[in-house]
Amino acid sequence: MSAIEQLRDKLVELQSELEKHKDENKIQREKIEKMSAEVVDSNPYSRLMALQRMGIVKDYERIREKSVAVVGVGGVGSVTADMLTRCGVGKLILFDYDKVELANMNRLFFTPDQAGLSKVEAAASTLNFINPDVTIETHNYNITTVESFDKFLDTIKNGGIASNSSVDLVLSCVDNFEARMAINAACNELGLNWFESGVSENAVSGHIQFIRPGDTACFACAPPLVVAENIDEKTLKREGVCAASLPTTMGITAGMLVQNTLKYLLNFGEVSDYLGYNAMIDFFPKMSLKPNPSCDDRHCLLRQKEFAAKPKVEKVETVEEIQAPVHEENNWGIELVDSSAPVTTEAKPKEVSTGLKLAYDAPDKTEAVVEGAVGNTADISLDDLMAQMKSI
Amino acid sequence: MVDESTRKSLSNIPLLQTRAGPREKDIWVQRLKEEYQALIKYVQNNKDTDQDWFRLESNKEGTKWFGKCWYMHNLLKYEFDVEFDIPVTYPATAPEIAIPELDGKTAKMYRGGKICLTDHFKPLWARNVPKFGIAHAMALGLAPWLAVEVPDLIEKGIIAYKDKNSE
Repeated sequence: MSAIEQLRDKLVELQSELEKHKDENKIQREKIEKMSAEVVDSNPYSRLMALQRMGIVKDYERIREKSVAVVGVGGVGSVTADMLTRCGVGKLILFDYDKVELANMNRLFFTPDQAGLSKVEAAASTLNFINPDVTIETHNYNITTVESFDKFLDTIKNGGIASNSSVDLVLSCVDNFEARMAINAACNELGLNWFESGVSENAVSGHIQFIRPGDTACFACAPPLVVAENIDEKTLKREGVCAASLPTTMGITAGMLVQNTLKYLLNFGEVSDYLGYNAMIDFFPKMSLKPNPSCDDRHCLLRQKEFAAKPKVEKVETVEEIQAPVHEENNWGIELVDSSAPVTTEAKPKEVSTGLKLAYDAPDKTEAVVEGAVGNTADISLDDLMAQMKSI
Repeated sequence: MVDESTRKSLSNIPLLQTRAGPREKDIWVQRLKEEYQALIKYVQNNKDTDQDWFRLESNKEGTKWFGKCWYMHNLLKYEFDVEFDIPVTYPATAPEIAIPELDGKTAKMYRGGKICLTDHFKPLWARNVPKFGIAHAMALGLAPWLAVEVPDLIEKGIIAYKDKNSE
């Protein structure tokens, strides 16, 4: 056989293979105008619409009028987006600036062939395939930088289904404090409700927190609330690793997050303000947090003022304040660790609720005058300082 | 944990007073001046005690910082480019210092070469907002990271000494 013939055969083979893959893509179902409750194998919404017949949800189809922003499409965020897509949410706006890596394969959702793709792009194509009725919008940037933050703010402000409306809910599925604080700042500024979610670095606890600016504690009101794991800090090995993760803990956390999202969007059941998960003993602590009247975020204070002025809906509440007295018993072995802080050392341990603790102690705000501070900056120009720094 | 020498160099860095982030255009300049004053003092202190180890400069808005840091090991100087953005939530959150050229070479790094800080650093920073600035982040964040990571990377043969004169 001549080389040309061989190549021709190869071409035919490749063409047929290509056709096969084209057909695979064609399997994608058509868009569905209206959710049907008809019980047939071909109806992707029959089991969801059955929630109405069971008396759980009143008008399930309202979910199509809802727009949700998912910030961070990693272990928790991708599963969250997957669940909301399968539930038929109207619109999903995804934010992430990371790429899919093989190191992510211990988690759910992404597949090895997607390695190298941007997380939002890879997620959007899978989600579109699962449910073409959902509008998916993607944003590939880091929301904590000065340039991107305004874009983020604008997107969630105008990301609703109706024009000039905001998203109905923001879900934080990020893995760092900076991004959580950025979402917090944006939602306080816009008065948008959001859920914070997180999984601990050692992969054995997780939590979700519902933040309604002015009504519940914002993320800056107090140090982050975390699940006490009852693991001796001294035995915890951190050498050589940054974070561990398990698909189980992430899946459970995403499940808690989307369950409460559905309850909130479709008005059924009771939405948890804070729900934790301790994987070591299968314990789910739950509580509520009031906002801090001396929060550092000025928009939080504004929202608190607005909330106080609003007439209250009568409701029996079991609210515990952040500054609750220290509990007598110490089931969780929480102790004050010598942190050798060089400047502010004043710190008192606070157990917030059974099984929950603050990530660290809040700073003492009473000191007004800072000793050893920089000198007067009024008569020095910034340019001079920059030049001086450069010339050292 | 903070050791004696870090504690000493830390106590010589002036504290900052203005609580302002880059979105608060009017008072950010004030904060930026304080940042530069603290940094100049810190670098000067380092030079005076023969412990000079970094240079930094910023764009004119003071939102992007870049420069060099170096570490002495067995009388050889290992130098790295360092960079970071000032996050919108600064100073409530510390800057995330990055050494992009070491990305993927050590487990103690996040994407983009951001150094992985100890659990101790962030609570310490949070307790000292707004008094801590970039100079403190360098002293408490980057300096101890280099001291632990660089010798380890050299020992493992992941980084090698580059002779500036032979280039």
